[in-house]
Amino acid sequence: MDLTIILAAGVASGTVLLFAAVGEIFSERAGVLNLGVEGMMLMGAVVAFGTAVATGDPWLGLLLGTLAGGLLSVLHAVITISFQAEQVVSGLALTFLGSGLARVIGEDLSKAGAISLLPKLTVPGLSMLPGFGPVFFTDQSVLVYFGFIVVPLAWYWIGRTRPGLHLRAIGESPTAADSLGVDVVRLRYAYVIIGGLFAGLAGATITLAVSPGWFGELTVNGQGWIAVALVIFAQWSPIRAAVGAYLFAAIRRMLIDIQGPDQLFGAPNPFYFNHTLTFFLEMVPYLLIIGVLVAVSGEAIRKRLGAPAALGVPYVRGERGH
Amino acid sequence: MTTTSPVRLPARGSRLPWSLRLERRLAVPRWLPVATTAGAIIVALAISGLILWIAGGDPVAIFVHIIGSSFGSLGVLSDTLVKATPLILTGLACALAFRMRLWNIGAEGQFLMGAWGASAVVLIPIVPAGTPSIVTIPLMMVAAMAAGAVYGAIPGFLKAVRGVNEIIVTLMLNYVALFWLSYWVFGPWSEGGFQLSRPFPPEAWLPRLSDAAGAVPDFAGLTVHLGLAFGLVAAVIIRFFIFRSRRGYEIRLIGDSPKAARYAGIDVTRNTIVVFAISGALAGLAGMSEVAGVVHRLQQAISPGYGFTAIIVAYIAKLHPYGVIVASIAFGALILAGREIQPSGIPAMIQGIILFSLIASEVFLRYQIRLERREA
Repeated sequence: MDLTIILAAGVASGTVLLFAAVGEIFSERAGVLNLGVEGMMLMGAVVAFGTAVATGDPWLGLLLGTLAGGLLSVLHAVITISFQAEQVVSGLALTFLGSGLARVIGEDLSKAGAISLLPKLTVPGLSMLPGFGPVFFTDQSVLVYFGFIVVPLAWYWIGRTRPGLHLRAIGESPTAADSLGVDVVRLRYAYVIIGGLFAGLAGATITLAVSPGWFGELTVNGQGWIAVALVIFAQWSPIRAAVGAYLFAAIRRMLIDIQGPDQLFGAPNPFYFNHTLTFFLEMVPYLLIIGVLVAVSGEAIRKRLGAPAALGVPYVRGERGH
Repeated sequence: MTTTSPVRLPARGSRLPWSLRLERRLAVPRWLPVATTAGAIIVALAISGLILWIAGGDPVAIFVHIIGSSFGSLGVLSDTLVKATPLILTGLACALAFRMRLWNIGAEGQFLMGAWGASAVVLIPIVPAGTPSIVTIPLMMVAAMAAGAVYGAIPGFLKAVRGVNEIIVTLMLNYVALFWLSYWVFGPWSEGGFQLSRPFPPEAWLPRLSDAAGAVPDFAGLTVHLGLAFGLVAAVIIRFFIFRSRRGYEIRLIGDSPKAARYAGIDVTRNTIVVFAISGALAGLAGMSEVAGVVHRLQQAISPGYGFTAIIVAYIAKLHPYGVIVASIAFGALILAGREIQPSGIPAMIQGIILFSLIASEVFLRYQIRLERREA
């Protein structure tokens, strides 16, 4: 167990969660809960991988996978914004549809061989930084670096710009935003689709950079749901989401590495000698998410933080509400 | 509710010679929900067919195959009902929780925990081998419902007391339940290192119709088991619970308007935990019915996602217990026939499309839509 390796792996695979969570933050900040992240990620993953297999071009795969996630989210936007339907159910439907469709598309892809992946880079200079260099800037995929750029940009956009102010307004008080001339419907559409593009990108990141290949639903394996949970943990802040994503992925990597050595902290490693005990290790990430949500709920109540006030509420002009 | 100004599609400034006028409905005619549901399912099947056709399949052949291999004979009809059984119970679990707008997405995990609880009765074992069915089976039912109820009460408690999002908690607990089950079937209960337990003794099997083939020869080979009766009885009980009991009234009121319910002095915290526990108990019973009625042992792959399909079932049924029975039979057919359909994602895709068109169709329940010619 090497801490640098664990943290570097956490940054690499945490990038998936980071993209998905940032996308969901945009959507939820606009007041639209999208529980279809898992489905959109699966679509992004399968389209990206399939394109890379067919054309040999991972960049084209990245583009089409991202677009596939965005395309699926249009459905959610129409149903929840124009038709004002229940956002929870629509999101669940999106996950069913996305995973079903992805499995149909990916039917023959599980037998596909190796593909050329997106390039990995080591940043000269920065990789020499003690501690940080080997973790963040050594032999990481270009998408990891893209993640480093996206997070501060998203933070700046939401918190420091005029369009970001409009974004927060339509999520907190669409009636007030509307009366000030902000086009609530159009902006909500835009941010739901941005969320979908990010989810597609997250899926593409899995198959083109983190763990290439198509393994059906196991390709994404619940990371879309974990991203939704991360958004709550992050209290709708991209920076907190990034920290959470890297840490969570690092912990998951550590749980795998624990099973390797026959000695753990100077004692015989129980997970090495009794393999069935590792099922308890596999529970840990999910229990951790629950534990974190419980902890955050207490903090949210104390600091009066919380979800955007109009999250989950369809906006109907002229009707009482937010 | 105030009447609102009608919405026009497309909006002003369009050059189309007509526009759609959406007016808020003040009352919904009784026939309309049934009609929109039926219409939505037809549209969904048409869209699914179109996708299958684009993908190079023969949609008509696939649909004919689904119907033939699920309703074509008494034998396959019986198999369809066997698949519908766990859906009825998990569908009721979701319908009850959704009535209160509690999003229990964890019926899958509660199902697995119920299956585990029922198995524990004969595998630990809690009752000695050879205990008659009349004792073993009720004990298994109680154990399964208790395991499911406790597992359901956890998200209920966290939601009620700490305001933790129940969707995420129930989803995470699904994974935890799967690993818990895996531990037992790979570890302490594994038979010869395989990932399944030893078979249950016959006293722990739910009676099947085919068991009565000696008296009624037509029953030979019919796999329908007592679990179907559990589902039907549960539907009747939940129907009366929701529409005729005081707590049922409270649940519906909380679902319609949590604020009004609070002002009326209804204990939302308590009801949240109770509803989640009942919901979990129903899903747990489904798990017991599956291991004792179909598989007769505990293994990892006991559910092809019953707990998730249950969400759609509950929604198609408009959260009505009797509707859950009908919808379960339809989806039981889809699951049964779906096992032979390639690619394997087709049934999930069709489920997603059906759910989508259902929620989209509800716009017709909220709005009256008129086509208007543009005045010159």
